Amino acid sequence: MVPLDWYIGLSAVIFVIGVVGFIIRRNILIMLMSVELMLNSVNISLVAFSHYLQDLRGQIFVFFIITVAAAEAAIGLAILVALFKNKAAVHTDEITEMKG
Amino acid sequence: MDKYLLIPLLPLIAFTINIIFGKGIIKERAHWIAILAVLGSFAIAVSTLIEVLNGKTINYDVYSWIVSGSFKVTVGFLIDQLTAIMLIVVTSVSLLVHIYSVGYMHGDKGYYRFFAYLSLFTFSMLMLVMGNNLLQLYFGWEAVGLCSYFLIGFWYEKKSASDAGKKAFIVNRFGDFGFGIGVIMIFLTLGALHYTDIFAKVGTLQGQTINILGYNIDLITLIALLLFCGAVGKSAQIPLHVWLPDAMEGPTPVSALIHAATMVTAGVFMVARFNPIFSLSETAMNVVALTGAITSLFAATIALVQNDIKRIVAYSTVSQLGYMFLACGVGAYGAGVFHLYTHAYFKALLFLGAGSVMHAMAGELDIQKMGGLKKHMPVTYWTFLIASLSIAGIPGLAGFFSKDEILWLAYNHGTIGKIVWLMGTAVAALTAFYSFRIIFMAFHGKFRGTHEQEHHLHESPKAMTIPLIILAIGAISAGWVGIPAALGGSNAIAHFFEPVLGHPHVTAAHEEEFMVMSISIVAAIGGIFVSWIFYSLKPEIPKTLAAKFKGIYTTLWNKYYVDELYGFIIVRPTKWIASNILVAVTDGKIIEGIVNGVPQAIRNFGERLRKLQTGHLQHYAVSMAIGLFVILTLVLIAAGR
Repeated sequence: MVPLDWYIGLSAVIFVIGVVGFIIRRNILIMLMSVELMLNSVNISLVAFSHYLQDLRGQIFVFFIITVAAAEAAIGLAILVALFKNKAAVHTDEITEMKG
Repeated sequence: MDKYLLIPLLPLIAFTINIIFGKGIIKERAHWIAILAVLGSFAIAVSTLIEVLNGKTINYDVYSWIVSGSFKVTVGFLIDQLTAIMLIVVTSVSLLVHIYSVGYMHGDKGYYRFFAYLSLFTFSMLMLVMGNNLLQLYFGWEAVGLCSYFLIGFWYEKKSASDAGKKAFIVNRFGDFGFGIGVIMIFLTLGALHYTDIFAKVGTLQGQTINILGYNIDLITLIALLLFCGAVGKSAQIPLHVWLPDAMEGPTPVSALIHAATMVTAGVFMVARFNPIFSLSETAMNVVALTGAITSLFAATIALVQNDIKRIVAYSTVSQLGYMFLACGVGAYGAGVFHLYTHAYFKALLFLGAGSVMHAMAGELDIQKMGGLKKHMPVTYWTFLIASLSIAGIPGLAGFFSKDEILWLAYNHGTIGKIVWLMGTAVAALTAFYSFRIIFMAFHGKFRGTHEQEHHLHESPKAMTIPLIILAIGAISAGWVGIPAALGGSNAIAHFFEPVLGHPHVTAAHEEEFMVMSISIVAAIGGIFVSWIFYSLKPEIPKTLAAKFKGIYTTLWNKYYVDELYGFIIVRPTKWIASNILVAVTDGKIIEGIVNGVPQAIRNFGERLRKLQTGHLQHYAVSMAIGLFVILTLVLIAAGR
């Protein structure tokens, strides 16, 4: 039996990788992947707690998150394709039109 | 609807119709409406006069104007002997001036506007004289001032005309400020606005004093003097006389109606109306008498040397108004109002005659450029001559009886009366002199204008000459109602006014009255005679005199420098304050500082704030992460406690 702490530790490590990846990488595709990483790290902790507390509500949450993540990935990629068609760029340094 | 209400209402209706439909529909027919309205008012005024002559006095409220708790202001009419005479004067002169204007204003592009304003003026003046309470008087008082402003500046494209309008209005503010305070004082001390209530209660104020800046001032004197302030402004007495000569910038019929016959006499009317208040304060009476006498003398001396025909007549008006105040000041209110009534006719005639001359001379006003007009415009000449004889006080004509009544009653009024009588007699001589100066310079001798002007000379149209003739009849006969007992008359008008205005008790014998009368007749004839020598027989005398007494001549020519003095002590400091304090500091720094500063501050703040929006996705991500971290830390710390 793997103890709860390990799952939480794994979840935290993956979340931090996601955050750091989102911040330091400039490629939008990678940044989207980092977002997915963060979401899935949360899923891991939710499932772990669900099992630990013997409460199914945590796993129901996970299904919702997967659904939302799928939708988000679809929309995000669509935007990305449109952006690439317009500007031929995927690097965030080159996409700073919203500068005030 | 009762007929008294119609008297002011008809001109008001005419005004409303003309001002709304005048420009588009009525145009050159505007005079019909105005004349019919004032004719109606005149007819009702005559029937009212007959009722009053039969001993009826009308005093009733028509309408509640303002009701607030126990404070109530009504619109109401008081028609007694004084009002009845004023009604006749206002409506008759107004009617004649309306008819005259048909000829005089013919072809002016503001034709309908002119008649609309005349109607509005007539309405306001009638409200002023008919009111039975103080506030209605004040309403009429300000409304006639407004109409005067409109009509002086009638040709507003001309800078001098619009300036004169402003000057009249602003100078009147000074007087009306005092008048307004007087009205408030009466209301505060007596709690009444109706004349009857005021006069019933005013006796209770006798002996009361009010403390102002440590001085105890007699309450009645103060109220009377404050009211007199308004009269000084409206009736162009010293020191507020400066607006009237400038008011001649307006069309001549306006000068005749407003600035000679009716509006400017409102001050005299008001003093006469409030005679129960004035009579209680000897100080106030002396101030009124001396102001009148000094103004009269002052204006008459200025009139001696002026060359502008309308200005001479204007100064003559100021002088005659001074006469009326002189009369009121010696307690001879009846004589003052009698003079008001005769003056209205001969002075309106002088102005309309001057207008007729201007009409023939294509707007020329300088009498030095006239001469010999007698044969070109006989009707104007003869009527002008009648008016001049009347104002000079030649026996038999209107001016003689009223002027003589004033001088005689002044003579009987103690020391102060003797002083003003002397001044009044001097003024009579001066008046005769300058009036005939116009006659001799403009109508006799050789024509001195340009050839073009001479070719153009013609008698004015019927619409103008007929009012002149009617007014001439008035200038001759208006005084016959006041033939004194000494000359075998009954002095009917004095007895007519007695119930309202009282009559000073005179004990002196007829012989003395004959003496006073002879002195003024000699003064009048002497004035005319000297004028004849100066301007007809030996025209070089005035020039040598002017050269010899250059100082006096230039002082008179520049009207004692009063305008310059006011320019220096009032206009210039006001302009300085306006441009250096109000415009530069209040407006320039404070108001503009706020109005421009607030948007500028917001703009600067926005300028800084937009720096946050870098456009780099990572920056937002980092700030989100840090923000989340900070919030979570705080929540955990809070939970750990």
